[in-house]
Amino acid sequence: MPELLQFLVSGLTVGAVYALVALGFTLIHNASDVVNFAQGEFVMLGGMVTVFAAAAGLALPLAALLAIAVAVLVGLALHRLAIEPARGASAVTLIIITIGASIFLRGVAQIVFDKRFHQLPGFSGNDPIMVLGAAILPQSFWVLGGALLVFAGLFLFLERTLMGKAVLATAANRLAARLVGVDTSCVLALSFGLSAAIGAFAGILITPITLTSFDVGTLLALKGFAAAMLGGMGSPLGAVVGGLLLGLLEALGAGYVSSAYKDAVAFLVILAVLFAMPQGLFGHRGVERV
Amino acid sequence: MNARWATLLILAAVIAVIPWFFPSGYYFRVAALVWVTALGAVGLQVLMGQAGQVSLGHAGFVGIGAYAMALGPKYLGLPVLACLPLGAALAGLIAFLVGRPILRLKGHYLAVATLGFGILVAMVLVSEIAVTGGPDGIRIPRPEIFGWRPRGGEAWYWINGAALLIGVWLALNLQHSPSGRALAALHDSEVAARTIGIDVARHKLRAFVIAAVYGAVAGGLMAMMNGFVTPDAAGFLQSVEYVTMVVIGGLASVPGAVVGAALLVLLPQALTVFHDYEHAVLGLLIMLFMIFLRVGIVPGLASLLRRRSA
Repeated sequence: MPELLQFLVSGLTVGAVYALVALGFTLIHNASDVVNFAQGEFVMLGGMVTVFAAAAGLALPLAALLAIAVAVLVGLALHRLAIEPARGASAVTLIIITIGASIFLRGVAQIVFDKRFHQLPGFSGNDPIMVLGAAILPQSFWVLGGALLVFAGLFLFLERTLMGKAVLATAANRLAARLVGVDTSCVLALSFGLSAAIGAFAGILITPITLTSFDVGTLLALKGFAAAMLGGMGSPLGAVVGGLLLGLLEALGAGYVSSAYKDAVAFLVILAVLFAMPQGLFGHRGVERV
Repeated sequence: MNARWATLLILAAVIAVIPWFFPSGYYFRVAALVWVTALGAVGLQVLMGQAGQVSLGHAGFVGIGAYAMALGPKYLGLPVLACLPLGAALAGLIAFLVGRPILRLKGHYLAVATLGFGILVAMVLVSEIAVTGGPDGIRIPRPEIFGWRPRGGEAWYWINGAALLIGVWLALNLQHSPSGRALAALHDSEVAARTIGIDVARHKLRAFVIAAVYGAVAGGLMAMMNGFVTPDAAGFLQSVEYVTMVVIGGLASVPGAVVGAALLVLLPQALTVFHDYEHAVLGLLIMLFMIFLRVGIVPGLASLLRRRSA
């Protein structure tokens, strides 16, 4: 029993990060149909900038804020300089542009920072808390709480504010949104900024547990992408459920099956889900217009 | 003379002539790597450019072909060369079995499914240390062709060049065959293709199997040339590079895949001088090419030439 609880908590912690990355994918995809493979680099930037700013003597909260600001700037620049000029290009072309952006950001990070692994101290110490026989890092609560905060904030933003409704309207139908006066290019920039901020936030939260380096982004982007597809691309709720599910599956697979194949478990389940439900768990069944 | 033969002739001429300009044996090695990488990319071009199906797991098949060269001799006692067709057949069979369910998916869902497949292959190669040697890789015995043992960059330059020429010839023939037209039709619109009686699922599956066989042969040749293979050959980054080659060169163009492969193999070689900046420059170039030359290098140049002459 304590063993299971241990796996569940670590699964949910990692899953929360996947969910945040998947949310970033979903926001950008909804606004622009772009699958942004540079999403993982925002997570990397969040962790790395915080580490280096903190090492330079900045207080941790300030360093974190700086990291989020840097990520948002990079996200806006990505939109302005790489996605906007390629408007109207095919989906594959856009994917390759974001992959290029991700290689570029990784390359720059390796020059600006370094190639070593870095860690942040846990926000409330590193002594595990015993709950029902399972040892839980206090940082896990920070991750889960932070993720919950983002989910709730995003929900309120999308459902309760005019700007949020504009985002939803753009996702539903870009042309119709523009016709009723929504500034869709502003919504697009907002989506890139917002998902960069969410990614960086996830990176800051998870760094005390998993360490960070210039190349952590690739695998996170893959997992986040997989999580978004598992939930059904385009659905924020699907992204959250898909992320948590992926994290849990990985932790249980690593715990009970084989830790070498923990990533394999996740991808096998995704393949199985896609075969049974080609639109993901929460995706809309597409109606093809001929 | 039609465009198909012109393409083949130009490629053959390039392969035959450029060794005259090589200042050292090292260049044979790099060029041999270009030809064999291009062979893998041409296979992916059949799937992506002709059938319009994305694959982010192409390197998985390259890895299967490469590891067949190591595992066949080691466990089955086969001569290395016999493992080349064997690896290709194995990759084709796996593609046939996996492709059936995967190719029902569309767009990004197809991308993530192929991505998952590629990662699974790489993961098995890394984790089954007892069989595959794990992350450290595994040695490939030297092949022997009727008593001749190809050694060094120059021998492999000609072997890989010939293989590429055959591969491009077959891909061009496919493009202009009824099967290729069917692929072009379903690329434009699956519904329209189905209404005129094209078996969409079968043609997509065939393109997937063809791509896998190309990848496996390329992987096998590459492994023999290096005498060594590591799981990186099947990794996600490798898959991304193949996709990038095909798109940068020009999705719709078979020679485009060759040009794209040349660019992506040669760039890092040229950039080793700027060692630390390699990734930044590579990423930047990929973005610039995709933003400003969307149709790809070969179709872009072709339309430029047409406009000049018109």
